[in-house]
Order: sequence, then structure tokens, then C-alpha cells
Amino acid sequence: MGIVVTRKAPPPESDNQTQMLVRKIPDGSVIDHVAAGKALSVLRLLGNPQEKGLVIALVMNVSSSKMGRKDIVKVEGMEISPEQIQRLALIAPRASVNIVRAYKVVAKKNAVPPRTLHGILSCTAPTCVSVREKDSAPSIFFISGRSPLRYRCKYCGRELSEKEISQQLG
Amino acid sequence: MGADAVSVDGWKGRDVISILDFTRQDLESLFDQADQFVGPPRPRKDLADRIVATAFFEPSTRTRLSFTTAALRLGAKVIDLSPDVSSVLKGESLADTTRMLEGYSDLIVMRHPSEGAALLAAELSSVPVINGGDGSQHHPTQAMLDLFTVRRLKGRISGLTYAVLGDNRYARSATSFLYGLTKFKPKMVYVVSPETLRPRDEITKKLRGLGMRFEVRSDIEQVIGRADVLYLTRIQKERFPDPNEYEKVKGSYKLTKDVLSRGKGSLIVLHPLPRSTELPYDIDSTRAAAYVEQAHLGVPLRMALLLKTVGGRQ
Repeated sequence: MGIVVTRKAPPPESDNQTQMLVRKIPDGSVIDHVAAGKALSVLRLLGNPQEKGLVIALVMNVSSSKMGRKDIVKVEGMEISPEQIQRLALIAPRASVNIVRAYKVVAKKNAVPPRTLHGILSCTAPTCVSVREKDSAPSIFFISGRSPLRYRCKYCGRELSEKEISQQLG
Repeated sequence: MGADAVSVDGWKGRDVISILDFTRQDLESLFDQADQFVGPPRPRKDLADRIVATAFFEPSTRTRLSFTTAALRLGAKVIDLSPDVSSVLKGESLADTTRMLEGYSDLIVMRHPSEGAALLAAELSSVPVINGGDGSQHHPTQAMLDLFTVRRLKGRISGLTYAVLGDNRYARSATSFLYGLTKFKPKMVYVVSPETLRPRDEITKKLRGLGMRFEVRSDIEQVIGRADVLYLTRIQKERFPDPNEYEKVKGSYKLTKDVLSRGKGSLIVLHPLPRSTELPYDIDSTRAAAYVEQAHLGVPLRMALLLKTVGGRQ
């Protein structure tokens, strides 16, 4: 694990102050606008890159004009793939991802939750056919809400809340 | 299969998974056809070259037998999958079972305890699948039959006040009836049940989204005087995840003659049956009791449904 910076009950601060908490990274990915408390889930979703020796910086529970409080995750030496950004959207639907090369942002991407998910989430209704016949009926979910994020099971109509989605993927 | 209904021309070869998939025009044309089959049966050969498969993974009396009778009255042959003596008992999957049935028949009528089972079967099958009930979710042909009964007995479906009393949480018949009413313009729908048997959130959300005028109530006595149609269901004991929860609500509502006497003289009582304690036998002799006639109308309604879905000589 690299640098982990947290502040207890921080007073309101400007974006510049937030940026000063962690140094700029030369290459890699900066994931901003992660819901407060979800930074570790984001790391897990990325496959725990710190275990591969990559330097990670987490900023947790800082002020955000858009979100109230938010987390930021910086991963040095790793560019997040489009597939990872899609999955990221499931636990951090308002996240934005900056790809950094030589200290410059070369690409900005917003995490957009996919309209349909195949085989990623599991239905929580015990009597749903996708649960009882899971070998022949892989789960399919359609997005039913973006803020807060919700997905609806194609087969039984059960909705998964943002919290349930996060629990399954985190 | 989406929730959006499609055009009136789309009956033939069509799966019947949810009543929400059908338009009001679809339903009216189905009822018009069913009207022709009410009364003394005449020998027909419309489906003489067709085979209908019934696959009921849950007990059934009315749905199974009325589909079978309807098929036989139209000259079709019927094969039946009995889960307790077939390879289902050996653990054969629903997917493999469906693939066999599609090869042996021209249409599959299926009832299954899992929500979404009929939809899954329809996706796998090249022949139409009719949902005879999937878990606590949909029972579209029951709802078609219920609406058909209302139209025959009251002359219309729109403009009436409905009270839907009972297990509105797990009873798929009640849910499908409510969904079916969204295709018409009821004056008001009272959804009446003890608190723990109120409709699931996704149901009330759907009803609101479809613009239906309804109120959730706890006491039938408050609304019985306004109702034109009382739709009653039993508590679905078999669908409670926790038997203790069932024990808490068992016997929590009942239609009595006293309550019925406060209703309009023209009130009709429907019930998809079987009954439990909510519908005492002394109601059978009242003018309002319409549930036996309702069950009998299942045959002409399902004859029309088979004819429209499978086609045949007209």
C-alpha cells in the first residue's frame, strides 16, 4: 500500500486543498467522485492493485460540492480498462476517471452504468428462476434507476438497491 | 419480452407471459372470440392437427383442466408432463425439459413455482409458451378470465369500482388482475389487505407508473359500499418464506354475509379459487357469488386464447 491519507471530520475545504492532500501521479488513473466510504470497494473491484506492488493513494471523506462527501482513488502505473470502468459504475455510479501520462491527463471518462448486465449480479429473490436454475438461466439485469442506482431482474422483477449492488461487488 | 404491449395483430405464435404485454384491443378481441364459445359446446375441429403440452410443476385444478378441456373442445390433442413421474424428478433442468416439450408439441402451457420460469421457457422454445402461473409473479390467463367474467356479468370493465381483498403480496392472481385493470379505466380500485399482505413495492410502483387510480386500505368494511366488483384471494400459505409469518396472518380477513349485506345489490364477488377460510360456504348462496361461473368461463376464454395463439382452421 502506498500513501493513505484520511482526515477526521474535515472542515469544508476547496478543491485545491483536496488536491494538496495527495501528490500528483506521473502515470496511472485517478478515480474521482467516488461515494464516501467506497474507496476500498473500488480497490477490490480493480483487483487490489496494491498487492501487485502498485502505489495507491486513497483520499476519503473529503468535501465535494456535487456529493457532499467523496472519496478519491489514485493508482500509479495502471490505466483502467473500459470494462473496469463499466463495473466501476456499479459501485461508484458518479465516478469520473482521469488517465494520466507524464503528469498530464490524456483522457477523461465518466463511469456509466450499463443498461444490461449479464451474469454479473445475482438476484436476491430465492424463488427467482435465475437462482433456482442458475446453470441454465444466467442472471440478466436491466437498469431501472441511475440516482440512486438500481437494477431490475429480467425474470422476477426484483430490484437491487445501490447498497445491495455494492455489497455483491465489493 | 418487455412490459410494453404490442399491436392487436400480434396474437398468432405469441407467448403469453404477462397480461401487461397485451393491449386493451388485444384483450377485447380475445373476449369477443371467447363470447362465441360460451354456452352448450359444439364439436369443433379448429385445432385437429395440433398438440398442446401441459407442464404443471405446481398443483392446479382449474387452470390445468380448463386448458385441457379447451384444447379437447377445439379438437386438439393434449400431452401432459407430470413432474412427479418424469425426468424432472431426476433433476432435469427447466431448460432441457422445455427443449423436449417444444419438439413434441405446438404449444406449451406451463405452471412453475419460480418467478420468471415461463419467460425463460419462452426464450428457449420455438413454439408459444402460455404462462399458467410463475411463482408469485404472473398469472395472465387468470386475469384475462377474470376481466372476461366482469365484462360478461357487468357489461363493461371500465368505469367500475373494484375492491381487491386478500393476499395482495403473494397472490399472483391478484397482481395480474390489478395489472389487467390498468388496460382499462376503472373508476377506482381499492387494494385491501392486512398490512403484511399489502402489494410488494414493485407492484404499487408499476400501478402508479401505469396511471391507475388506486388506494391501499386495511379494512374492507370502509369500501364495500362503493364496490361493484369484489375480487377475493386466499392467503398463499405456500409462498411465505417464513411459516411463522403465515401463522401471524392466518385467518386475518374473511368475507361474511354481514359485510356483504353492506355492499351494493349489484355487487359481484370473484375468487380465483381454491378458497380457504376467507370465503365461507354460506356466501355461495348469495346473489353476489360469481366465482363458480367465473371458473366455468375459463374454458371459453382459454379456447379463444388457444385458437388465437396457435391458429388453425377458422
